[in-house]
Amino acid sequence: MKFPEFDYTCPTSLDEALDLLEKHGDKAVLLAGGQSLMPVLAFRLAAPGLLVDLKKIPGLDTIEADGAGVRLGANVRWCDILGNAALEAAHPLLVKAISHVAHYQIRNRGTVGGSLAYADPAAEMPGIAVTCDANIIVRGAAGERHVKAEAFFLGALTTSLAPGEIITGLHLPAWPVDQRWAFQEFARRRGDFALAGTAVYYNLDAAGRAIDAHIAVIGAEDRPRRLIGAESAVNGRVVNADTIVTAAAEAASEVDPMEDFHAPAIYRRALVETLIARALADAATET
Amino acid sequence: MRTRFEVNGKAVEVEVAPRISLADCLRDTLRLTGTHLGCEHGVCGACTVIVNGEAVRSCLILAVEADGDTIVTVEGLSNDDALTPLQASFRKHHALQCGFCTPGMITTTHALLTEEPYADADRIREVLSGNICRCTGYIPIVEAVLDARAHYADEDTSP
Repeated sequence: MKFPEFDYTCPTSLDEALDLLEKHGDKAVLLAGGQSLMPVLAFRLAAPGLLVDLKKIPGLDTIEADGAGVRLGANVRWCDILGNAALEAAHPLLVKAISHVAHYQIRNRGTVGGSLAYADPAAEMPGIAVTCDANIIVRGAAGERHVKAEAFFLGALTTSLAPGEIITGLHLPAWPVDQRWAFQEFARRRGDFALAGTAVYYNLDAAGRAIDAHIAVIGAEDRPRRLIGAESAVNGRVVNADTIVTAAAEAASEVDPMEDFHAPAIYRRALVETLIARALADAATET
Repeated sequence: MRTRFEVNGKAVEVEVAPRISLADCLRDTLRLTGTHLGCEHGVCGACTVIVNGEAVRSCLILAVEADGDTIVTVEGLSNDDALTPLQASFRKHHALQCGFCTPGMITTTHALLTEEPYADADRIREVLSGNICRCTGYIPIVEAVLDARAHYADEDTSP
């Protein structure tokens, strides 16, 4: 359907945007790339009184990569990440995951902040944020707070953002240069939200055994989650065929998949096992 | 609400309600009906236009949001004298039947080849995954785009 009626405003500072949210309360919604919000409005699933466009707020579109990690401003778009030469080396897992987002046209508009705020269970950015123990930077009337990603995503389309708060950025920890990593996701059509996906990384000790494994499931549950059991099945072991089979089976029993009209839970569970096996095999392969 | 942007090289100023999409503004207010509406929720690609050099879904942008932008529609990628190289390639390879998806295919692939004149079939398919066609089965579209690359490579002056 056509969009419902609403007013539109385009503040030029973060303080102005925060004031607008305070003044209008739950009648105001934030507009970033619009690639999630506008379809919601087209389906008339929401009826905000005021759209507050964040595009003119300075300082939200920067990408920084250094020894302290990677910092993405909330207005950074997927095409900005994919086009940033430094990020390929500074955080290859991030770049790989973002290359899977939606479609070409959507990647020219969709933003880091919008994806984190929308919190679709299968979205890649929340998935990477949780996998990598990232911090989400939030500004409100009371000031700035940093929220650990795993505490930020509470359920499908649900975050711990309080009314009147705006995500301003995402901080990913520094990426060790020889960290082993992989990303896998599966959708029936290219560009669809994944039925399940996984991001994995680990380092190796002097004996070639995995340490500090991070194995996250994306899209199979109502929010991304690190699978601690699967990580335990990898840590302290050489990542060979036996380890992979065991870890993938552990992940399959640990995951609590959603059941919906896209896929039954039993399918998602099998998909998680397959994808984690592929991802670990990929990560273990020296290239 | 007043909004000003450039369309196909011309500055325009329109007065529209905030809820009017850029697609509807181009079609209804500016009578540029080459941009098509297929799904109006961001999945079909028929509404693709080029904003500030990037292919985007005009059904997901508000006209008031486009204030200050530079927009090129499919009309801006045509001329009255002859078919453009991309159009000629689409004709040569029978890359359209009903033509409904075609403006979106043209704008998307024009944006792609302008940036990536050496895009291969895999990349073209990946980029066109956001454009749905009911008629052609996509193969002739991919072939038309591959064949049009020579023109964009000739024009490519990047180092």
